[in-house]
Amino acid sequence: MVEATWGWNLHKEIPSSKDAAHEVIEHLLRAASDAGWEGRDFFHIQMAIEEALVNAVTHGNKESPDKVVELEFKVTAETVFMRIKDQGAGFCPDKLPDPRDDDHLECTNGRGVMLIREMMTQVQYNDIGNEVIMVKQRKKG
Amino acid sequence: MIDRRRMVVARIGELAIVRFTDKKIVDSANIEEMGDEMFSLVDKEHIKHVLLNFHGVEFLSSAALNKLILMDKKIKAVGGILRICELTEDILQVFIITRLNRVFDIRKTEAEGLKAFGASS
Repeated sequence: MVEATWGWNLHKEIPSSKDAAHEVIEHLLRAASDAGWEGRDFFHIQMAIEEALVNAVTHGNKESPDKVVELEFKVTAETVFMRIKDQGAGFCPDKLPDPRDDDHLECTNGRGVMLIREMMTQVQYNDIGNEVIMVKQRKKG
Repeated sequence: MIDRRRMVVARIGELAIVRFTDKKIVDSANIEEMGDEMFSLVDKEHIKHVLLNFHGVEFLSSAALNKLILMDKKIKAVGGILRICELTEDILQVFIITRLNRVFDIRKTEAEGLKAFGASS
């Protein structure tokens, strides 16, 4: 990833609530929009942050008032960097069933993680799976 | 009169046409409500066939997709058919990426959806 001079960045902790998550998602999306992100790429950023942050709050921290979610966002016209870390036990993303398999098509889990992988340029989890780094690079041309 | 907040429902015989009121279907409380309102069409109003019209919906999360999957199962269980129409290109891509376009019968317009049911607006 090219280390750009980040036009907008945010590093903070939020409580484990969906309201707090959606508030910060709106901040990120506004910054991305201001940086010129639009169309399909903007939709992908929105999907990835929505899925990852709701996962962190609900599955990771289980909406515990004693736990926080750490966020780091950086936005330029070319790159969006999002790091999300919860205080949960983590999970193994590679062990989730692939919801695209015929046997799992109608299952109701694992779809968010798969969408993040499909829509981001780069996705990386830490060893225990309670932190994800997602990067979206603008398509050339 | 049934009070619905997340959708507007029009009926043509046994068919219900559902239009959503939210531009973004992300808030978990709203998604729960959306699910409850959809499910009640089958459970309480005994409707068998449903056309979900997503006109005006710009974004939905995987939690909302899960409600659609459960709705599809519910309708299939009573021998009905669920169809979807008026998806934006971005949301249609989500259905394609997740291969849910193999689960749902997706039509481009409401008129095409109605035609597939043998109905017209």
